[in-house]
Amino acid sequence: MEFFERFAVPHPSPMIYASMVAIGLVIIAIIAGLSYFKKWGYLWNEWLTTTDHKRIGIMYIISALLMLFRGGADAVMMRLQTAVPENTFLDAQHYNEVFTTHGVVMIIFMAMAFIIGLMNFVVPLQIGARDVAFPRLNALSFWLYFAGAMLFNISFVIGGSPDAGWTNYYPLASTDFSTSVGVNYYNWALQISGIGTLISGINFIATIMKMRAPGMTLMKMPMFVWSALITNAIIVFAFPVLTIALLMGTFDRQLGTFFFATDNGGMDMMWANLFWIWGHPEVYILILPAFGVYSQIIATFSERNLYGYTSMVASMVVISLLSFLVWVHHFFTMGQDAMTNSIFSITTMAIAVPTGIKIFNWLLTMWKGKIRFTTPMLYSVAFIPLFTIGGVTGVMLAIASADYQYHNTMFLVAHFHNVIIPGVVFAMIAGLIYWWPKMFGFMLNERIGKWAFWFIVVGFCLAFFPMYITGLDGQARRMYTYSEATGFAPLSMLSFIGAALLAVGFAIIVYNIYYSFRNSPRNIGSDPWNARSLEWATHNPVPEYNFAVTPEVVSSEALWDAKKRGHKLFKNKIEKIHMPNNTGWPIIMAGLFFVFGFSFVFFIWSGVIISGLAILGCMAYRSFKQDDGRYIPVEEIKETEDKFGGANE
Amino acid sequence: MRELFPMKQVNGFIFSLLLTVVALSVYFLEMSFQLGMTILIVTAFVQAGVQLIIFMHAGEGEDKNAIYTTLFYGGFLGLVTVLGSLLAMIWGYL
Repeated sequence: MEFFERFAVPHPSPMIYASMVAIGLVIIAIIAGLSYFKKWGYLWNEWLTTTDHKRIGIMYIISALLMLFRGGADAVMMRLQTAVPENTFLDAQHYNEVFTTHGVVMIIFMAMAFIIGLMNFVVPLQIGARDVAFPRLNALSFWLYFAGAMLFNISFVIGGSPDAGWTNYYPLASTDFSTSVGVNYYNWALQISGIGTLISGINFIATIMKMRAPGMTLMKMPMFVWSALITNAIIVFAFPVLTIALLMGTFDRQLGTFFFATDNGGMDMMWANLFWIWGHPEVYILILPAFGVYSQIIATFSERNLYGYTSMVASMVVISLLSFLVWVHHFFTMGQDAMTNSIFSITTMAIAVPTGIKIFNWLLTMWKGKIRFTTPMLYSVAFIPLFTIGGVTGVMLAIASADYQYHNTMFLVAHFHNVIIPGVVFAMIAGLIYWWPKMFGFMLNERIGKWAFWFIVVGFCLAFFPMYITGLDGQARRMYTYSEATGFAPLSMLSFIGAALLAVGFAIIVYNIYYSFRNSPRNIGSDPWNARSLEWATHNPVPEYNFAVTPEVVSSEALWDAKKRGHKLFKNKIEKIHMPNNTGWPIIMAGLFFVFGFSFVFFIWSGVIISGLAILGCMAYRSFKQDDGRYIPVEEIKETEDKFGGANE
Repeated sequence: MRELFPMKQVNGFIFSLLLTVVALSVYFLEMSFQLGMTILIVTAFVQAGVQLIIFMHAGEGEDKNAIYTTLFYGGFLGLVTVLGSLLAMIWGYL
């Protein structure tokens, strides 16, 4: 019995017990459902062992949506708690756990998964490739991410949630102040999914550099591919720093070292420094693919070439370089001298210049365009003014001296939600709706989609603009309650109403998926949006080999020029196609990583040793295994193409 | 004979031994801490370069550019992280 006591939740509440029951019931329901409908084989063969970049992308996106609802539920709980003064819905400890979970889940497990999911689905199609460069590693990336996400998500029912904020600053996160296993969970969940992200980064750089269709030079790549390339270069820069920082944190908490201690030669502020060396590039990892999505959507629905292609690329390169040089602005108040703060203040403000160039390019793309206000376009149009407000408040925060006033207030919270929600979340929803027909062969209903859009936009404005005001009035972030005399109550209530509208908006999106699945027509052809880039030159949904014939490209708007100028994309005959085999080791290895992380969290050394050896065994197995993939014969390709109404030859 | 003899590698080997001797001198000779550390850092980086270029053939394959780009990128990463941390945590810290 003593062994099991460590798994008890240190700070339980009826809600947590209810969640335990709910999680148990859902697991039972999933197992029973799969067994009843005899879907285990289908699940294993078609999804869990797949190396197909499209299916991996879809699994990423489904996981991201699940995490969006997990993190969203946390967000609504926080707004509900602060809606009225002296509220007792959550106590201080629960509030800490909820905002920590909200931050980690939304950044690491929602936004990252969403962008990597879209990249997985879209990038190989846009460059005319059959898969990514290393399909098996790609599967491993996904499963490591998923193992990390699940490890983090069970923390609140087994052993206790992390409660030191998503930034997890020391000394608060040390064993002196965070006594439960929560921060161990934080370290290991981020470590495991971070390894997956790093592998993805290398994989996509190799894919984009080496696997573009004939004729597609770097400056003829669609803008989303450019954004993916630059994003992955940042991933390869930033994630090793996080890996090492997390390892140092783990050593401190679990093996008795003093890296981030306040005594014995340790330096607690070093964590904040290393965290933001990763953390600031991280926010550009999130926003650049979003810029790529907007570039595709705005060009498509303005029926014009993207304005200023070269300056778009150049501004992204400049943003990526500057993103490495600004991290100290996250802790202007930690005690650096005026000179140091000024350096980072100037680099931070400089980022507004390339970002402004991009904003003007989008506006000029729409200028005199034939704009179609489809749902993805609505999100993109709303993004421009809302993101600009977020950018302007960002410049305000970049003024180091003024930051002493804004630091750690709700003003900051309003700012980063103002850039992340219209920036990243809108882009991901817009991208999902835009590429939905490519994924599933039917379109999402536009009328319901627009309802969701208005709920989300209005909800966003109501939820976060009041925080700018209460922040300037002095409301600190992460405070679980406040007194009536502060006067924050009316605006906080407004903020809660906004959060509720956002929740309704996301619920409408889910309903839209259900409704459209039932009612949308399937005969939409391969190019329902009248789009411009290569992914729309193949069928909906995309066959597993992507293109029956490798396309040949002469311009940056390959499909548009094929439609309007008669460029021929597919010149060759159908030949047999080389594809990767499915493989079970990525999911098995990620499962072992989960066991390893879980055992380490609870100091179960036997589990650590056994799963660690098994992970090494998996690597050895993979190193010695010969698997050269398989060929799809010409007859089978022709059969598939005929089912879609003939090959695009 | 001249074509067969690996002149470059032998010279490289002698040069790397020389670098080792220079680095060792820090231990055997009396010198200030700053000078010693400077010698160690410079010889370490030159040594790493010699190993990569001459003995690991970094510049000889088709993917020469990729290898050098990666190396410079890694170097940039290291420099920004280390120098930036020093700036924020020590030099610029009040």
